[in-house]
Amino acid sequence: MAFDKMELRDIEVWDGNFAAAQALRQAQVDVVAAYPITPSTPIVEGYAKFKADGYVEGEFVMVESEHAAMSGCIGAAAAGGRVATATSSQGLALMVETLYQASGMRLPIVLNIVNRALAAPLNVNGDHSDMYLCRDSGWIQLNAFNAQEAYDLNFVAFKVSEDHDIRLPAIVNQDGFLTSHTAEGVKTLSDDDAYGFVGDYKPMNDMLDLDHPVTHGVQTEEDWHFEHKARQHNDLMVKVLPKIEEVFADFENLSGRKYNLVEKYDMDDADVVVVCMGSSVETAREVALEMREKGIKAGVLGLRVVRPFPFMEIAEALKDVKAIAALDRSSPNGAAGMLFNEIAGTLINIDTKALLSGYVYGLGGRDLTKAHLTDLFTELQANVDAGKLTTKQQQFIGVRGPKLSFL
Amino acid sequence: MLNKGWDEFEIGAMLRSFDGPTSNIATTLQEDRPYSQSNSFTASVADWRIEKPVFNKDYCIDCQFCWIYCPDMSIISRDKKMIGVDMDHCKGCGICVEVCPTNPKSLLMFQEKEDEETVLAAWPEKEAKEK
Repeated sequence: MAFDKMELRDIEVWDGNFAAAQALRQAQVDVVAAYPITPSTPIVEGYAKFKADGYVEGEFVMVESEHAAMSGCIGAAAAGGRVATATSSQGLALMVETLYQASGMRLPIVLNIVNRALAAPLNVNGDHSDMYLCRDSGWIQLNAFNAQEAYDLNFVAFKVSEDHDIRLPAIVNQDGFLTSHTAEGVKTLSDDDAYGFVGDYKPMNDMLDLDHPVTHGVQTEEDWHFEHKARQHNDLMVKVLPKIEEVFADFENLSGRKYNLVEKYDMDDADVVVVCMGSSVETAREVALEMREKGIKAGVLGLRVVRPFPFMEIAEALKDVKAIAALDRSSPNGAAGMLFNEIAGTLINIDTKALLSGYVYGLGGRDLTKAHLTDLFTELQANVDAGKLTTKQQQFIGVRGPKLSFL
Repeated sequence: MLNKGWDEFEIGAMLRSFDGPTSNIATTLQEDRPYSQSNSFTASVADWRIEKPVFNKDYCIDCQFCWIYCPDMSIISRDKKMIGVDMDHCKGCGICVEVCPTNPKSLLMFQEKEDEETVLAAWPEKEAKEK
């Protein structure tokens, strides 16, 4: 092979960005077409440096925008290579048009989104506005709560995305700065183990198969379009979650680290549960344990997979819970939050009397503190004790000024 | 394309250019290529045209300018001899007429409805050079 292997310690001190960059190197990504944007830049910068230093054999394509970055990735994926890139926020917003192209063309691409707020006002810090922006784009969306998971989920993303039964692009989300720039201990895989897990890229209908020329990116009008979209939705609904579970099981066998479609913490006998994503899951876990010492049966449900939405798994996890808080780190701008709505959907047809309330928090990198979560669990327990919501259905956490509550 | 059923498309609506495998396609003449039904070569776009080029072989010097400049590969040339225009794919842009160097031109644009034999019979005379 024309590249050097890297000797890694069993545990390295990496931030989320470097962990993702190392995963791209170990997966031996063929093409990274990228445009820099805070806080995701170190991921593609890392790949470029590994390539310059001879640790990966591939192409780094510098482009003029994020729209061009994803377009380049689409071309490379159609040509028949392992492809990845990274972006955040405004970059993702510019990329959105091409996200739908990638998924509709059923091209496997791994996109690391380092979650960041969307302007205006301009803000480089973490929230989930960009994650929510592309939630209907037909991509698989995985969610890392820390740097370790950002590393691990990249391998899972390649393996699921490139499977010939799946052929859908995948996003790995991690929180801007809180995960991307916080150095922590990351348990590593050796280069051989990591590449062995992801495996050689297996092309499908690739444009570089010159004996079988193909056209990608075709036009289908009213005669055909609906069936294609329906097939894509069907595959997302039917095939992807079982495949992710299969790959999670393989990954556990390799690494000993177990992942689930939804991560349940202290859920077995929980009365009050916080449902959230990203680094907030870890804070909520810690507070839930403290609440239990105070006699409140608190639990946390973290979404490992955002799309396809693990509807049945969430309904099952929440069926015996008495009060639920859905935490959205993105302004719904005139509606209930996405998680509130999705969770309400999972609960509406099952036999539960759970009280559901929605909270908007952490916009633009505003901290979600343990004190906030303590108040939140206490409020949920008050709902349980009262047998009804004691608050309006939508509230804000950690915003200054008069208390905001709606619905 | 028209005969392709809604459930016959492959994943991602990817289309195959040819029926079965091909080799040396670049050196195979169009008429000998196994174009698939979904290849745009098998579809006529003649009705996109408002004006059409008419070829008059009496004045053609086989310079191949039209063949080189045509943006739709609609000039049919074999063994470096101009044969005519592929009227299924020509969109009537007129570039071939613009680049034709002969006097009078060997290609001229006419309304789509005009009769080819009539316009050939009334082809313009050689223009005198301005001094």
